[in-house]
Amino acid sequence: MSQALSTLKKTPLNARHRSLGARMVEYAGWDMPVEYSGIVDEHLAVRTRAGLFDVSHMGEIEIAGSDALKAVQHITTNDASRLAIGQAHYSALPTPAGTFVDDVLTYRLADDHYMFVVNAANIVKDFTWITSQIAGIGDAVAVNTSSRYALLALQGPVAREVLQPLTGVNLADIKYYWFTTGEIAGVRGTISRTGYTGEDGYEVFVPPAQAERVWDAILQAGRGAGVVPTGLGARDTLRLEAAMRLYGNDIDETTTVLEADLGWTVGWKKEEFIGADVLRRQKQEGVARKIVGFEVLDRAIARHGYDVYVDNEKAGVVTSGTQTPHLKKAIGMAYVPAGKTAVGTPIEIDVRGRRVRAQVVPLPFYKR
Amino acid sequence: MYPADLKYTKDHEWVKITGSEARVGITDYAQKQLGDVVYLELPEVGRRLNKGEVFGTIESVKAVSELYSPVSGEVTEVNRALGEKPESVNAKPHESWMIALKVSGGDEDLLDATQYAELTK
Repeated sequence: MSQALSTLKKTPLNARHRSLGARMVEYAGWDMPVEYSGIVDEHLAVRTRAGLFDVSHMGEIEIAGSDALKAVQHITTNDASRLAIGQAHYSALPTPAGTFVDDVLTYRLADDHYMFVVNAANIVKDFTWITSQIAGIGDAVAVNTSSRYALLALQGPVAREVLQPLTGVNLADIKYYWFTTGEIAGVRGTISRTGYTGEDGYEVFVPPAQAERVWDAILQAGRGAGVVPTGLGARDTLRLEAAMRLYGNDIDETTTVLEADLGWTVGWKKEEFIGADVLRRQKQEGVARKIVGFEVLDRAIARHGYDVYVDNEKAGVVTSGTQTPHLKKAIGMAYVPAGKTAVGTPIEIDVRGRRVRAQVVPLPFYKR
Repeated sequence: MYPADLKYTKDHEWVKITGSEARVGITDYAQKQLGDVVYLELPEVGRRLNKGEVFGTIESVKAVSELYSPVSGEVTEVNRALGEKPESVNAKPHESWMIALKVSGGDEDLLDATQYAELTK
């Protein structure tokens, strides 16, 4: 264990997590806080007040050059030509089969300069993939800039009032999925109105050397408002209530963008992008299976990897599942056959050898 | 920190033996590792358990764990009230008994509080 620990990567806030008493776990090769006061506590804090997350393990890959837009259009599903400078959107990084190399946020930093925020586990894979796929596209170069940024997320209804006194930027002027540069606690960085919790909030990119200063300032500013440090455990239950897909659980290189019900991330008017043929055909002909939300009706929790049965036949698999702290129900997402996706459809889930009853419910489970 | 009137196992259960009756729960160390407990699956009264046999499961938000009987015996009582308030396992682990057993054996080689504290250091 101690040997494994020494090889894990650490974010610039690792010492802060330890001094705050976080329980640390390995996640995607990183030594990360899973919880401080407890997942339920932290989850409810984000829903009612705000929580501060260290998500510096996530990666950044930038694309620059006079053909940067052409490159981004080719390697992502969404239509980046619609992004203004200072705007971001969610997109798939598709394979030729229309499945996911990764899911990313695309930021337009400047006219010919874009940035992807990518999953920690996929940084190297994505960078290798992107580099190979844009090689033939004129003037566009990809750079892995992950080590240049610490990333902090302040999420919850009081996020703005807590962050506002720390910055000269008028936070109310930043619209949802827009961003701007400015100082936070005297540190130059980028403030983005994005997140992975289903709450309003901000993500702040700052230089790693100043991350502790910003972290401390936000926690201090938020003390009176009940802001707490929040770990990956609550991040997972929060994003699941909001039905945000998790790479490696809900989506991967075997699930297509349409099977994942993320057709809204596809710029159908774009001429060409990787996987376009498959996705256009699936849009036309429909998919054989699709992700749905479910609620467990019996007393049990369905978790990732459990088999789903429809009409007594094995028909799919649970991709994410938990007992939600806010809704106090066992919920999850699963792939089921196309004819079985209607709300109210009864399904069964094999919970360690016991069949429990569940039913398809609308997504998301929680909406602010 | 670990009550002296309880015995402990390496699997992080505690057992309180009074005469031929034993009550079983999980330790403070175990509840901390699990995090917020949200669900307990416990056996029926009358079930015969061997020492080390699985008698139920405990689920936290994050994970599922099996519960192992620290001694052999027959289940005489199940704490259904705890099943309705599983978060008590986090709040008061050493008072949150899950099952009672009529002990038929296996009560040797349990750890005392000092040994258990040493184990979880």
